[in-house]
Amino acid sequence: MSVLVYTENWDGKFKKLTFELVSYAFGVAEMLKTELIALSIGNVDKNELMKLGDYGAGKVINITNDQMLTLDNQVYTNVITEVALKEGVKVIVISNNNTGKALAPRLSVRLKAGVGSGVSKLPLNLNPFTVYKKTYSGNAYAHVVIKSDIKILTLAQNSFVLNETANNSSIENMNVTVDSSSVKTEVKDVQKQTGKILLTDAEIVVSGGRGMKSPDNWGPIEELAGFLGAATACSRPVADEGWRPIGEHTGQTGKIIAPNLYIAVGISGAIQHLAGISASKCIVAINTDKDAPIFEAAEYGIVGDAFKVLPKLIEAVREMKS
Amino acid sequence: MKILVCISNVPDTTTKIKFNEGDTSIDSTGIQWVINPWDELSLTRALELKDDPSNGIKSVTVAHVGPATSEPTIRKALAIGADEAIRINSESLDAYYVAAQLAEVIRKEHFDIIMCGIESSDFNGSLAGGMTSEFLGIPSVSAVSGIKAEDGQMVITREIDGGKEVVTVPVPFVAIVQKGIAKEPRIASMRGIMMAKTKPIRLYEPVAIEPLTQIVIFEKPGSRSACKFINPENPKQLIELLQNEVKVI
Repeated sequence: MSVLVYTENWDGKFKKLTFELVSYAFGVAEMLKTELIALSIGNVDKNELMKLGDYGAGKVINITNDQMLTLDNQVYTNVITEVALKEGVKVIVISNNNTGKALAPRLSVRLKAGVGSGVSKLPLNLNPFTVYKKTYSGNAYAHVVIKSDIKILTLAQNSFVLNETANNSSIENMNVTVDSSSVKTEVKDVQKQTGKILLTDAEIVVSGGRGMKSPDNWGPIEELAGFLGAATACSRPVADEGWRPIGEHTGQTGKIIAPNLYIAVGISGAIQHLAGISASKCIVAINTDKDAPIFEAAEYGIVGDAFKVLPKLIEAVREMKS
Repeated sequence: MKILVCISNVPDTTTKIKFNEGDTSIDSTGIQWVINPWDELSLTRALELKDDPSNGIKSVTVAHVGPATSEPTIRKALAIGADEAIRINSESLDAYYVAAQLAEVIRKEHFDIIMCGIESSDFNGSLAGGMTSEFLGIPSVSAVSGIKAEDGQMVITREIDGGKEVVTVPVPFVAIVQKGIAKEPRIASMRGIMMAKTKPIRLYEPVAIEPLTQIVIFEKPGSRSACKFINPENPKQLIELLQNEVKVI
C-alpha cells in the first residue's frame, strides 16, 4: 500500500507545479500513514530527481524509454498501470493539467479506480474516502466519495502550498518494454512558446478586455506585466476578435487559472470570465464602470480610465522595484 | 467516415445554481438547459468537416446519456445540424458510468471519430472522453484545439504546456476537445429547427454498471469580502496593499 505521484517533466526539468503536486501527495500519504513514491518518465537527471525527495517522495521510480518521448495516452497508461500494480498503490496523484486530463480517465478505467478530479484540498475524510472539488464552474463545490479500492486524485493547479520535508529519497531506475507498434500517436510538428511566462504557471497575471478598445493599446498591459514578472491574458471577446492569441483567453471555455494575483483591466467580468479566474488568490479590477460585475469578484478595485490609471500604476511598480 | 459527438446537458452558465433541501441535488427550477459549451464546439467542428465533401465524412451523430427530459437539448443538437441522435435512457451517475454506457453503444455501432468536450460545465470532471477511449481500447488525443483531414488522414492539434503539437493517430479514436476547435458555436437555423423535428432519436437502455464515485453534498463557495476601492489618482496605494496586506507582489 502506497501513494504514487506522477511527476511530469518539461525538457528534463520539473516545475513549481510538480513540487506542489508532490507536497500534496505527501500530505495524502501522511494521512494514510504510508510511503510516497514518485514516478518520472523521460530524461531527467539525478539532481533534478533528488528534488522530489525534498517535498516528501520516499522513493523515485525513474523510467527512461525512447518509445515514451511522445505522450501516447495508451502507452503511458500501460506503464503507469504496471508501476501502480507492482507497487501495490492505493492512491495515484496527478496534476489536473493537460497531461493529467489525458491520463487520469484512462487509468481510472484500467484500474477500476474512481477519480476525484481537480481536487483543491487534502481528502476531507478517509472512511469513506471523500474529496473536495469545484463543480458548476466554481459556482459550487462538492464533497465526492470515491468508492473504489484504488483512488485517483487530480490536483487543481496552484491550489496547494509547497511543503519542504527533506525526505531522503532513493532513486530506482526501472526498465519497461514498450513495443514501437503500440505507440499510435505520431507527432508531425511541435510549436513551442518560448521566452514568455506561461499563463498557467504564472503567479501574477495581467489581463485586458474589450475596454482596451484596440489591439494596438496593449503596450501598457505588457509593460505592467513585464515589471511584475507576470503573464498576459485576455477576455474571450478580445481573443475572438483576434486582438490577442487564443492561448491568452482566460475564462470558462479558455484557460482556467489560479494565480496569486490577477489584474483585470477593462474586463467587465461576465460569469464565464469569472469561472476561469475565480480561484485566483487576489483579484484587482480596473474599469470605468463602477457597476461592472468584476468588482464583485475583486478584492481591490479602481474605477477609472485604464489609459490614465495604467501609466500611474506602472510608475508605482517601477518605484517599488527600484 | 462517421463522427459521433457526445453531448452533456448542463445548466446555462448564467443560471444561478441552487440546491434542493439537504444540498444533495441541484434545484432545477428556472434552469435553462443547454448543450455543454465544449460539446457544442465539437459538434460545430464535426459539421464543418462534414460540410466539405472532400473530407469524406458521411454522417454526424450525437449521443447523450440522460433521461427523456433532456430531449430538448438533443433536439437542439439536431437543429444545429447533426444527422441523428442516440439517447441512452439513464440518469448520469458518474463519469465512469456514462463512459461505460457510451462505449457499449459505440461497440455496437461503428464510428471512426468520437468527439467529447474536455470538460462539462456541471461537474468539471474532464473524464468521460478519456474513459470512453479506454473502455474501447482505442487511441485518445486530449486537449484538441484543431482537427482537419489531410490526405485521407485526420490531423490533430493538441495543446501542451507552453505550446501545441500536431499529431496523428489511426481511426477509430477519441478526440477530447477544447477551446479553439471552432471559432463560434454554430446556431440552429429556422430550417434546421423544422428538420430536427423529424430526425430520429434512437433509444438504448443502459447496461448495469456500478459508478465509482458519488457526490454526497454540495456547498456554495464562501463569499468574497467586499471590494476595496482605491483612488484612481493614487494607484501607489494599491501597490502598497498588494505588497504589505495581501503580500502577492
